[in-house]
Amino acid sequence: MNIKWAALAETAGVSLLVTVAVVVVFALGNLALSRREAAVASGTGRGVPALVAAGVCFAACTAVVLYGISLIAAK
Amino acid sequence: MEHITFLVAVVIITALAFDFTNGFHDTANAMATSIATGALKPKVAVAIAAVLNFAGAFLSVKVATTISGGLVNEKAGLQPSIIFAALVGAILWNLLTWLKGLPSSSSHALYGGLIGATVVGVGLHGVNFSTVVSKILIPAVASPVIAGVASWGATKLAYLITRGAPKEGTEKGFRRGQVFSSSLISLAHGTNDAQKTMGIITLTLISAGALHEGDGPPTWVIVSAGLAIALGTYMGGWRIIRSMGSGLADIRPPQGFSSETAAATVILTSSHMGYGLSTTQVCSGGIMGAGLGGPSGKLRWGMARRMAYTWCLTLPAAAVVSGLAALVADRGNWGVAVVGLALVLGAGSMWVVSRRQPVHADNVNDGAPAAPVVEAPAAVVAPTTLAA
Repeated sequence: MNIKWAALAETAGVSLLVTVAVVVVFALGNLALSRREAAVASGTGRGVPALVAAGVCFAACTAVVLYGISLIAAK
Repeated sequence: MEHITFLVAVVIITALAFDFTNGFHDTANAMATSIATGALKPKVAVAIAAVLNFAGAFLSVKVATTISGGLVNEKAGLQPSIIFAALVGAILWNLLTWLKGLPSSSSHALYGGLIGATVVGVGLHGVNFSTVVSKILIPAVASPVIAGVASWGATKLAYLITRGAPKEGTEKGFRRGQVFSSSLISLAHGTNDAQKTMGIITLTLISAGALHEGDGPPTWVIVSAGLAIALGTYMGGWRIIRSMGSGLADIRPPQGFSSETAAATVILTSSHMGYGLSTTQVCSGGIMGAGLGGPSGKLRWGMARRMAYTWCLTLPAAAVVSGLAALVADRGNWGVAVVGLALVLGAGSMWVVSRRQPVHADNVNDGAPAAPVVEAPAAVVAPTTLAA
């Protein structure tokens, strides 16, 4: 019986890293968005930096999703 | 030639029926947590899942040339009657677990069915047991754990990062994210599972001489397999959606997003690496991790235990039913008819039992006490399945 432990470990490691990375980036985007809302609501500014940060975060998540779809389609 | 045509027709219809049960059994995988957190309204969620499952059927260009991934020796004896018996076992097990609201793996049911029918129809040498261990059993144990750990960690971090921000705002954000993460799971599901049915029908047509060796599935096969899984998905296996969405843990949007992201990632990574794992088990594992990683850190262990038992039972139970079916179906046309009748009767009676305590789009989130819903039909069901 030939069990490829290395491949299994690699799959596990990649899955863990990608999941945590995507959720962290998405959560940061979420946080930035709510900072912006707070800034706009309090009238201290238009929260442009926060909005840009949120945009970058969500764009990164979108890129990962698109890569995921390309993986499905290429199979 | 005539009897082959009859059998082939029966196999094709049964394969589409399996595809249908596969669809409604697995709606919960992608959509349970999105429905539970209110990210999507129940009807909208199943509609999106149905469309994406249909789209997924067309997405992959690689032809499903193998339905068993080397589990059984396809050249030695994958006759239509064996495929038929395998499908019968898989469908009945899918329906029984749906009735009990338990997410079990449709793929494992199909593999179990193939193994059981092959052992009876061909013999033990027809099954590659080392492939069963390395391609099914090990991923089956590892994948829910990996998804669970990933989802647990992601949930913890998601709460940690957003702890300073107002809850309503961030929950709204995570709900939006859930729409995408659950859609990705649906798409991946359609690609994987509709392909299995296409593979079954294509191989059957080849064995009957209607297609040449190495031919791809004809368009009508792709369309009908996609439609069957999409229709099944749209029916929504509400019982399973309830178990997964609110039966395991109280899921809030950050948890839902984390568990769906974990599940989508594990599914895509491992299918890229060539592991045929169960979407159902990965998603359930993700939800368990998210439940434990959430603010309350609570998981309903009773439900988790029942799911784990079901996972262990799926392969052998489907194998036994399919083995019996193969024994009868091998006798010829009348045998096939008897098995077909048993399938219709078994499926029908399970549907009748389900009507006593229906679960549908309007009460799926009611978080009803899981015990009576699950336990009541059990006594009635047992004889049904034995008979089937």
